Amino acid sequence: MGIYGGLDGVREEIIKCMKCGNCLAVCPIYKENKREAASARGKVQMADAILKGEIGCTAGIADRLALCLTCRACVAACPSGVEADQVVLSARAEVVRQRGLPRAKGAIFAGLKRRKLFHAALRVGARLQRLGLARIDRDKARPRFPIGLDTRRVIAPLAAVSLRQQLPSLVGGNGAGLRVGFFTGCLINYLYTDIGQAVVQVLDHYGARVIIPPDQHCCGTPVMVHGDAATARDMARSQVNVFSAANVDVIVVACPTCGCAFKHNYPALLEGDRVYRERAQGLAAITYDITELLVDKLGMGSNPPGSGKSHTVPGTGKLRVTYHDPCHLVRSQRLKVQPREMLRAVPGVSLVEMKAPDRCCGGAGSFSLTHYDISMRIGARKAADIGATGAAVVATSCPGCRMHITDVLSRHGMAQRVVHPVQLLAEACRAGSGVGGERGTAHG
Amino acid sequence: MPSREVLDALKGALGCDQVLTDREDLLCYAYDATADMPRHLPEVVVTPRSTEEVVQVVQVANRFKVPIYTRGSGTNLSGGTVPTRGGIVLSTLLMDKILEIDHQNLTATVQPGVIIQDLNDAVACYGLIYPPDPGTVTTATMGGSVAECSGGLRGLKYGVTKHYVMGLEVVLADGQVLRAGGKTVKNVTAYDLVKLFTGSEGTLGIFTEITVKLVPAPEARRSMLAVFKDLSSAARTINGIIAAKVIPATLEIMDNMTIRTVENYARVGLPMDAAAVLLIEVDGIAEVVAREAEAVARVCRENGGELTEARSDADRDRLWAARRAALPALAQLRPTTVLEDATVPRSRVPDMLLALQEIAAKYNLRIGTFGHAGDGNLHPTILADERDREEMQRVHQAVDEIFRVALELGGTLSGEHGIGEAKKKYLEWELGPAGMDVLRRIKQALDPDRLLNPGKVVD
Ligand SMILES: Cc1cc2nc3c(=O)[nH]c(=O)nc-3n(C[C@H](O)[C@H](O)[C@H](O)COP(=O)(O)OP(=O)(O)OC[C@H]3O[C@@H](n4cnc5c(N)ncnc54)[C@H](O)[C@@H]3O)c2cc1C
Ligand code: SF4
Ligand code: SF4
Repeated sequence: MGIYGGLDGVREEIIKCMKCGNCLAVCPIYKENKREAASARGKVQMADAILKGEIGCTAGIADRLALCLTCRACVAACPSGVEADQVVLSARAEVVRQRGLPRAKGAIFAGLKRRKLFHAALRVGARLQRLGLARIDRDKARPRFPIGLDTRRVIAPLAAVSLRQQLPSLVGGNGAGLRVGFFTGCLINYLYTDIGQAVVQVLDHYGARVIIPPDQHCCGTPVMVHGDAATARDMARSQVNVFSAANVDVIVVACPTCGCAFKHNYPALLEGDRVYRERAQGLAAITYDITELLVDKLGMGSNPPGSGKSHTVPGTGKLRVTYHDPCHLVRSQRLKVQPREMLRAVPGVSLVEMKAPDRCCGGAGSFSLTHYDISMRIGARKAADIGATGAAVVATSCPGCRMHITDVLSRHGMAQRVVHPVQLLAEACRAGSGVGGERGTAHG
Repeated sequence: MPSREVLDALKGALGCDQVLTDREDLLCYAYDATADMPRHLPEVVVTPRSTEEVVQVVQVANRFKVPIYTRGSGTNLSGGTVPTRGGIVLSTLLMDKILEIDHQNLTATVQPGVIIQDLNDAVACYGLIYPPDPGTVTTATMGGSVAECSGGLRGLKYGVTKHYVMGLEVVLADGQVLRAGGKTVKNVTAYDLVKLFTGSEGTLGIFTEITVKLVPAPEARRSMLAVFKDLSSAARTINGIIAAKVIPATLEIMDNMTIRTVENYARVGLPMDAAAVLLIEVDGIAEVVAREAEAVARVCRENGGELTEARSDADRDRLWAARRAALPALAQLRPTTVLEDATVPRSRVPDMLLALQEIAAKYNLRIGTFGHAGDGNLHPTILADERDREEMQRVHQAVDEIFRVALELGGTLSGEHGIGEAKKKYLEWELGPAGMDVLRRIKQALDPDRLLNPGKVVD
């Protein structure tokens, strides 16, 4: 039945909670508001009360369940191994099943207290239309699936040409290398095409063939975290179809949330689907984060990019880079050393660790949109930790973290550049081997 | 529901933001860390920010005769914060300021909602520590730990919370504000009111300011892990170390059941057939520490203990990993974890461990025991499933028997977790009718209307 089929699917998780409160020490939201309902313990107990019929799926429950970054800090601190984030996701799905989805836009824009942001969000809408991507609209021109950006507070300018339009669907490898299917995800496709370009360049540099299936779409996490399990399941099936047909050796992602979708969520969503379950599991087994693929599978560590021009800052000789661990990479996928190894392999980079690099930045996808104030307060701690390192560059292997940290830093008047580690690696590859600039449009 | 008047009065005093009445929120203050205890919803939760606001809440409670359940982080294990009679839960979490660090007098003054670890972090730059370190240092509040008189891993050498509380500001049940004690090391002015309120579990007054003693951080420490094939050698070692005039900061024990569980869970390299392991840490001035470590190592070897010494911080982490894994490892075996803290004189620790094994066999339960061997404070941890009513019945019988044995061995019901709701029924076994009478008279004198944490400790 899985966790999305009803709260029963997480009953064992709920019962495991011994209410010890260890999670209180690490939950970023609880740290800010000190309300028990915001903590993992509180949310697990609420779910327990729903299961026992002590409370219904009220609007108040929905509001409180919304207060979770799914950062899994609580899971890492829990002596009983309670997967509190899974309980939250399951409970959200239960609420949606019982109450229906809140009018999507209402929910999204409710937290928009600031005009500037409101306009930014609307601007995205306008541009999407210009790109020919119809918005989810009443009845006409409804795309098959929503795209992830709908639920994000977008602050980076939207790419004039999306990544998948910039790139051909097959790049590099001279027909020999590992066949790598690239799942771009929405943020990289529409906003941070520079990350996508870097992924392709680096994979090409290491001799892989990059296949970008054109029919791919949003990973579905934004719908799933809001409890719309039915749509998320449809999207999972479609994605499984697209990537099964692509005939690839491995799937690579550069967004940890998309990585979790392939590695964990699709198999969980499709657990009760006899046809799709095994196919989803098969794809999960061949999905890699870009840092994981390069370091663990393509042996980048023993073969760093050419020692061409190294990164330097005038006067210091070394580029000070600090690394922020995305929650969905460090805890959900246990990838902590790979991104660091990748950064250390870039000539001229000196890695300086910040305090608590694995503490959530507060972005958490649409959370920053619906709970802007608390999200910014969480971010302020991150900004202080970044500032204390004296680093000129913040590397983080997640486009969502990149967006939120960029916003947070600019609000604190800080000018650090925020990049994905693969971008620094790509720059080094270009400098060393003359891979050259960005690839031109080769495909509609 | 409390009358509209109560809610209006509270909102008038604190403002709407600091008064929670939604059922969804109330549900989240209906429990604490106590196992096997049903939820009881309060009628309202208040989050005052100052002594004045606490006084106002108490005045409202007095006017309408509504009980107040004071709550810190809700990590106590005796039902101390569960609002069993409804009423008001007063959360101290917004009173979280460190008011002063006085490094000349070696004291710190804090509001009750300060988290213990945050105080330690704040005094570290002066080379000072606040020693009481319950397993919940990173979550428990100063108010909660003073009200429970919490202990921890360093109790043997450093003592427990009551040895550090020097002064208190307390809001009494009638709304008066009492200040007792202060920064002086010596203070015999009248009765020792600070000690009376320390460990009072929220039943005699509400702390709004706490002054504690700080001590210099030890400059050196050495950690050792000793594995024993039989329980009596471990016991001889514990007594031998003390006889050698060494008082370790930490002297922890884990029994075979715990060892096996930890090894399965964390693979730290403990032999599965060991009867017990001791984790020993000595700290202080480098030269003394070196001598003490040598003495400890000698005693361990003389008693057939297989010794590992930490040479570096990384080594130390590895040794401690085993002890840190004890509770998580046990907790993951079964859904329900009942953690007790019966305590016996140090010399009776082996008898207690044997008795616990017998109790586990008698009631067919899994009990892993670990804890503070140096101060006789053991944590028999009973693993069960609260959905299995028959099994829970055996758990209750076993708990009864654990307390009976602890008292027979000259021990006490609670070394550090307090009485609260959960252990109330055993109180008379230890205190007798005269003791109960004194408790009742103290309660009657300070809280005649039973407004503060009613139903806990004493009626
Ligand atoms: C996993 C685990 C490990 C633990 N390990 C230890 C350990 O090693 N040693 C140990 O001693 N304990 C331990 N405990 C018990 C518990 O953590 C401590 O008792 C802790 O100090 C309670 O702090 P709190 O802030 O959570 O208090 P709460 O649980 O919120 O309250 C505890 C009591 O204090 C009262 N209270 C709270 N604040 C005030 C105030 N301002 N004024 C008056 N009364 C107040 C409450 O009414 C209640 O009776 C452990 C608990 C757990 C779950
Ligand atoms: S840390 Fe785990 S067991 Fe403890 S309260 Fe939180 S979720 Fe429950
Ligand atoms: S996943 Fe993160 S935000 Fe959600 S409850 Fe756990 S610690 Fe808090």
